[in-house]
Amino acid sequence: MAVTRNSDAVAPVRCSGAFSIWLTRHASTSLGALGKLSRQPFASLMIVLVIGVTLALPAAINVIVKNTQSVIGGWSNALDFSVYLKMDLSVSEAEVLAGLIAQRADIESVDLVTSEEALAEFKQQSGFGDALDQLSDNPLPHALVVHPGPGNTSASLTLLQEEIGNLPETELVQVDTEWVHRFHAILNIVRQAIAIGAALLGIAIVVIIGNTIRLDIENRRDEIEVTKLIGASNAFVRRPFLWTGFWYGLLGGSFALLLVHYGLYLLKEPVTRLAGLYQGEIAVASLSFAESSAIVGGAVFLGLFASWTTAARHMRRIEPK
Amino acid sequence: MIHLDSVTKRFPGGQEALSGLSLSVDKGEMVFVTGHSGAGKSTLLRLIALIERPSSGEVVVDKQNTRRVKRRKIPAYRRQIGMVFQDHKLLYDRPVFDNVALPLIIAGVSHRDAGRRVRAALDQVGLLHKEKQNPQTLSAGEQQRVGIARAIVTRPKLLIADEPTGNLDPDLSLEVMRIFRRFNEVGVTLLIASHDISLIDRLGCRRIALENGKLQQEVDPWP
Repeated sequence: MAVTRNSDAVAPVRCSGAFSIWLTRHASTSLGALGKLSRQPFASLMIVLVIGVTLALPAAINVIVKNTQSVIGGWSNALDFSVYLKMDLSVSEAEVLAGLIAQRADIESVDLVTSEEALAEFKQQSGFGDALDQLSDNPLPHALVVHPGPGNTSASLTLLQEEIGNLPETELVQVDTEWVHRFHAILNIVRQAIAIGAALLGIAIVVIIGNTIRLDIENRRDEIEVTKLIGASNAFVRRPFLWTGFWYGLLGGSFALLLVHYGLYLLKEPVTRLAGLYQGEIAVASLSFAESSAIVGGAVFLGLFASWTTAARHMRRIEPK
Repeated sequence: MIHLDSVTKRFPGGQEALSGLSLSVDKGEMVFVTGHSGAGKSTLLRLIALIERPSSGEVVVDKQNTRRVKRRKIPAYRRQIGMVFQDHKLLYDRPVFDNVALPLIIAGVSHRDAGRRVRAALDQVGLLHKEKQNPQTLSAGEQQRVGIARAIVTRPKLLIADEPTGNLDPDLSLEVMRIFRRFNEVGVTLLIASHDISLIDRLGCRRIALENGKLQQEVDPWP
């Protein structure tokens, strides 16, 4: 009667069969854990709700940030800047300059806005048409609208703007899209904040699930003692609790997805209306498959982590008396 | 099968449950341990089941020195011993069948084999027709027989029982003892703690009497 699993007191387990037995046991334990949850539907539902809402919060804010960024990205002529040329430059000189600048590798294209065009546009848009007609000559300079290439970084852009600003023909370089960069920076801060918030909420989930499992273990203390008494290992007694944690995570994560999708569904109409007001098309980006899997997978991980640490700590303590 | 060599068990409070106890139980024997409560019967069984470890001395069970069984190996060690308890220690959230099947599930026996062996065990204690019932609906005697079926379902070579008839009336007690007797006849070694001396005397087995953690007397079986 040596201490081995396959003592002759218990029929030897054949190796090929052992794996399928192990699998069957896990399947039945997992279903058993699910059954236990369904037998106390209210308590289980509360936990799933808490996990779902806790996870849905950062996920939803993330979706909002993502959408905002894609909308701002749509205005990503954000890189463009205007170059006002000196008053004494002729149209042909301006054209030559525009051509030269456009040849640079880091520049996609350059549009020339002559002083006449600028004035005409200004007359049309400002409503000062008649007043402007009184002017003896055109007060506006020629201007270049520079579209830098997509390969530019913000550092190379600054350099580019400086270089063009230093040309003898240039009067003034005006970067009128600085706010977009600032907004991007703000969004990045929001993203960071979400990450920090999500980490804190993750800890909250671990605590919630851990506490629930702890109560569950206390309630089943007698059962654990008896099973240990008749030879159950810690791993064996721990197994149902791990599955409970797994189910909490899976159901909670799925519920979070459901919440986010429902929220997006509710937002769809007002966003379309807003887009209509801006004569734009805004497609609301939902969670990608990877993001959805990350939410559910993360929830399952948190559930398993919480139940594992809790069960491991308590299983060692509960010994038959 | 069981060999104790000057075993002392001292509890943190300082009182000694067993003091220098030495005894042996041979393979295939059926032995009773008697004595007042507090004499050390339960402690003896708990040392054999590795619920406790001796303060000093050696406990050897089936050639295994329990001192050398590591904590991690205790479950595997326990799986080789059938245990019966005074309060049955059944799980009341599942039917009789599942209670008896538990040791097999722990040992990783396949579902089909488990079913066959559970029914065989229940048949041996005469409860085959109650496999689907919840233990709570059974009488004390029946519950104890379920506990016995659970102890023998893995076909252990050694069965230890702590006051198995403590909560039973004389008729039921005798019935339980007869079941034990039948296991003994097929080669199972039994060590049973009991204070029911009149019942034990009717069975004619060897009796070890403990008092204050020491061997008081040994009564040999009938010739």
